Amino acid sequence: MAIEVIQQKCVGCALCLKSCPFAAIEMVNKVAVIKDNCVACGACIESCKFDAIILRKHDEGVLPEEEYADVWVFGEQKKSVIQSVVYELLGEGKKLAQKRGQKLAVVLLGDKGIEKQAQKLIQRGADKVYVVESPELKNYQDETYTCVLTKLIKDYKPEIVLTGATSIGRSLIPRVAVNLKTGLTADCTGLDIDEEKGLLLQTRPAFGGNIMATIICPHRRPQMATVRHKVMKEAQIDLKYKGEIIKIDAKDFCLSACAKLIDIIEAIEETINLTEADIIVSGGRGIGNPENFKLIEEFAKTIGAAVGASRATVDAGWIPYSHQVGQTGKTVCPKIYFACGISGQIQHLVGMQSADIIIAINKDPDAPIFKIATYGIVGDIFEVLPALIKKFKK
Amino acid sequence: MNIIVCIKQVPDTTEVRINPETNTLIRDGVASIINPFDTYAIEEGLRLKERFGGKVTVITMGPPQAETALREAVSLGVDEAVLLSDRAFAGSDTLATSYALAMGIKKLGEVDVILCGKQAIDGDTAQVGPGIAIWLDMPQATYVKKIEDCKEESGKKVFRVHRMVEEGHEVLDVPLPCMLTVVKEINEPRMPSLKGMMRSKKAEIIKWSAADIQAEEENIGLDGSPTQVMRIFSPEQRKGGEMLHGEVHEIADRLQDVLKELI
Repeated sequence: MAIEVIQQKCVGCALCLKSCPFAAIEMVNKVAVIKDNCVACGACIESCKFDAIILRKHDEGVLPEEEYADVWVFGEQKKSVIQSVVYELLGEGKKLAQKRGQKLAVVLLGDKGIEKQAQKLIQRGADKVYVVESPELKNYQDETYTCVLTKLIKDYKPEIVLTGATSIGRSLIPRVAVNLKTGLTADCTGLDIDEEKGLLLQTRPAFGGNIMATIICPHRRPQMATVRHKVMKEAQIDLKYKGEIIKIDAKDFCLSACAKLIDIIEAIEETINLTEADIIVSGGRGIGNPENFKLIEEFAKTIGAAVGASRATVDAGWIPYSHQVGQTGKTVCPKIYFACGISGQIQHLVGMQSADIIIAINKDPDAPIFKIATYGIVGDIFEVLPALIKKFKK
Repeated sequence: MNIIVCIKQVPDTTEVRINPETNTLIRDGVASIINPFDTYAIEEGLRLKERFGGKVTVITMGPPQAETALREAVSLGVDEAVLLSDRAFAGSDTLATSYALAMGIKKLGEVDVILCGKQAIDGDTAQVGPGIAIWLDMPQATYVKKIEDCKEESGKKVFRVHRMVEEGHEVLDVPLPCMLTVVKEINEPRMPSLKGMMRSKKAEIIKWSAADIQAEEENIGLDGSPTQVMRIFSPEQRKGGEMLHGEVHEIADRLQDVLKELI
């Protein structure tokens, strides 16, 4: 597939230059020329009033569509506990499966006994749960999990495979997608089915959240996506829902791995994991000095929140990197985000602006954070926070 | 130790905006930079060389102007720089990109470790590093924040690495050759030296086409890219809400009132 300019028809009006979101067209001798960074989005075709731009389709291969069916969700578990992102994927996956008239299935890999968790997945709407049990699958490991998931997909041929955009999902799924030579869209915030063609429409932020892009994978299967945590609603529990548990012998898979997991060390200072947290209290340079993170922590503890931080405070060594929210840190999506002494640089905003409610406390009334805050408080955090702590302690 | 660092030239995304009238990206005057996460990969490559000896090679795929990013890497001290550039690569998604980089790395010969930034700030996919590992059949570790040491185990070199996960970190032993993606916490990148800047001006950049790396046509460019961008649009802009005024206790009352359902 490629965009081509019919030189005889091109009049050099340059309308297409303005339409190209990727700046991939230039004028050479008054004729539009498509540059290397063209992604064939087709925006220029619509803009051309002289029908001088066309999309030339190469051999696209025949899609054996009837072979592929069902929506799969990767059942991420840690210490045999199903992660909440899986329930979100089931909620969203159900809608997709219904639109396609297909079943919803979960792949659950884990230690001996993980099958006991399968019922929880069925109660959230899974029609099938594929279970593989083995001590080698107790903890996530890149090589073993890649091997098992790749083979299962090859054997059962799902049409859509969804995974949480967690550290596990984002390490595992690109490996599986390359094994299958199929398309993968990272970190989606919206999924839907194109009613005409039945394709999965995968919408995600790009350029640090400055633009949104809808991605499709028209000619290969399965269509695969990782989905941002806490964006989709969890599937409701239905104790009467009936599903099937399909157990597959671990002997069918190659479970040897070169890399060995030696230890998992849980951070003690992070009582609540930032990406899981419903409430986050973040501190920025405006809090003055590292000691004052104690006040942030105290307030966070009072309301059961996790502690976040701006890049400036992490770079200054006030708080560990694992707390950093923003472009070079974590992307979070809590219900409530308190930004204390954070001015609101765009790099910070891209990491937290999808929070439901943002409360900003800053001395500077012109701080950019107030432009996006649900509630803005111009004031000294050393007055405001103690007042809030007092209030919420009751 | 043969150390390969994969880098990407990206627009400084904090400056990318959409023109609300034409609904297209405004790129005028947007600077191109080395993907910030890749600067940590370059630094870690240089540090591995300082610890274990060897050679650091940076490789990128991109248009001819990506040479600027490679020269910047040379100014920081890398030994060799490779640019994969060819019209046939145009429109590559992460599958096609990881294939092209893997083929380029293959052509470089013996490899001990491939370093990548955890993700690029324009696409944020984090898919190319793990993709390269599969194309080259190597073990991997993602989100690495520390390379503790390199020891010999039954004739094989093994890295002990720490990787960040949501609840803390994992310790892994990864035999070489391997692919590691690194996070910001791993190091603090150095500044270019005067000598390095002089060198970068004169340094020869190796330029390879799709044919040079024996890339199969069906795996590169748009043909090798299963995903397509269907539509791009501006995200809904978040609007500012209400400013709370008054004495702090009044503000606290108000906040408690609006949040009482949630806290």
